[in-house]
Amino acid sequence: MSSVIQSSIIKKFAMALSGLFLIVFLLQHFIINITSVFSEEIFNQFSHFMGTNFVVQFIAQPILIFGVIFHFVMGFVLDLKNRGSRNVKYVKYKGSSNASWMSRNMIISGLVVLSFLGLHFYDFWIPEMKYKYVEFLPDDPNRYYTELTHKFEDLTKVVIYVVSFGFLSLHLLHGFSSSFQSMGVNNKYSPIIKIVTTIYSIGIPFGFSFIAIFHYLNH
Amino acid sequence: MVTYDIDNISPDMSFLEMMDVLNEELASKGVDPVAFDHDCREGICGSCSMFINGEAHGPDRLVTTCQLHMRKFKDGDTIFIEPFRANTFPVIKDLVVDRSSFDRIQHAGGFISVNTSGNTQDANAIPIEKSNADKAFDAATCIGCGACVATCKNSSAMLFVSAKVSQFSLLPQGQVEANERVLNMVKQMDDEGFGNCTNTGACEVECPKGISLENIARMNRDYLKAKVSS
Repeated sequence: MSSVIQSSIIKKFAMALSGLFLIVFLLQHFIINITSVFSEEIFNQFSHFMGTNFVVQFIAQPILIFGVIFHFVMGFVLDLKNRGSRNVKYVKYKGSSNASWMSRNMIISGLVVLSFLGLHFYDFWIPEMKYKYVEFLPDDPNRYYTELTHKFEDLTKVVIYVVSFGFLSLHLLHGFSSSFQSMGVNNKYSPIIKIVTTIYSIGIPFGFSFIAIFHYLNH
Repeated sequence: MVTYDIDNISPDMSFLEMMDVLNEELASKGVDPVAFDHDCREGICGSCSMFINGEAHGPDRLVTTCQLHMRKFKDGDTIFIEPFRANTFPVIKDLVVDRSSFDRIQHAGGFISVNTSGNTQDANAIPIEKSNADKAFDAATCIGCGACVATCKNSSAMLFVSAKVSQFSLLPQGQVEANERVLNMVKQMDDEGFGNCTNTGACEVECPKGISLENIARMNRDYLKAKVSS
């Protein structure tokens, strides 16, 4: 068992798997959030379902939280190990000549996304948990839209969200297709994976930014 | 870092010939020459491990240091020359590094066992799919120079190990010990202390033999399969 945990390939595989899981979650999150732009009613319906469904709350949510924590902790563990593998640094190192900024700085973009998640949890998740499981307030299926738009009335917050989504985009531009390589997929479908990676990595963070800006402008 | 001034360098000289001129000048002044590894000087042996101006084997692509020419630099340039740096490649002297960690990875499984009792099947009698034969040959062109480790920001040896695994696992003769090989070679790689691959692709760009990242994906696949079946 310890050889499994210590294997560099297994660690990378686990990292890739948790990353892909978070990518699927992000898509689902975006699909629900974008409805807030078109219809208050549909957004409230989706949010109420997600907020009250037993499977979502007590099975999917703990798995998601574990996935997030695992991805970040494993990311730090791998980064520390990697940094320690070259104690004497080069005087001149031209990393930009052979690798993209995104691939060389996943820890930076990851740290920004982690900080953003802290703010996001503070904004939405903690109040939600407090509402339902601490204060046991009465169920109100129509509160979600108002809570969402209220959060985006502050310009500073909107700017922080948009900048964070920019870093999320940079993180995904490398991480999405890289996870397939870590799982052993590098074949005739790889160019398609690259295209999907680019579309997803730019499209989803752009969409989230659009939602934040839209509600700021319409409050 | 030590700075040396050097004149009368022809653009047609190879990089190692420039180093020879430098060392002759130093020797004539009674100064210790700069130690560096070299052997074949035609891009086969993989000895000439130099990190030149921030890149393994210098600014040119698909060449080793011995195949790099001075025409790639401008007159008056300051050229930074460093040894390949990684904890797994300790510096012996100046630009000479110890790459025996690669040898130990090879010893862990980079071979096939052949029955030599007289009943050995003729290798040419075993049909091999053309695409597999090509990929195996491509992987076998790895000269083990260590540029992949030197250039990787994590000092990962995945490109080297994957090439050595692939050159056998793609062929019928290598499939008998495929699981054992990939498990043992990856374990040895981890034990040596190489960093983890983060798929930056720098190794593929700097590799003088153009070893493809496809080999790393294949090794990941083979390793996971072997781990499940072991």
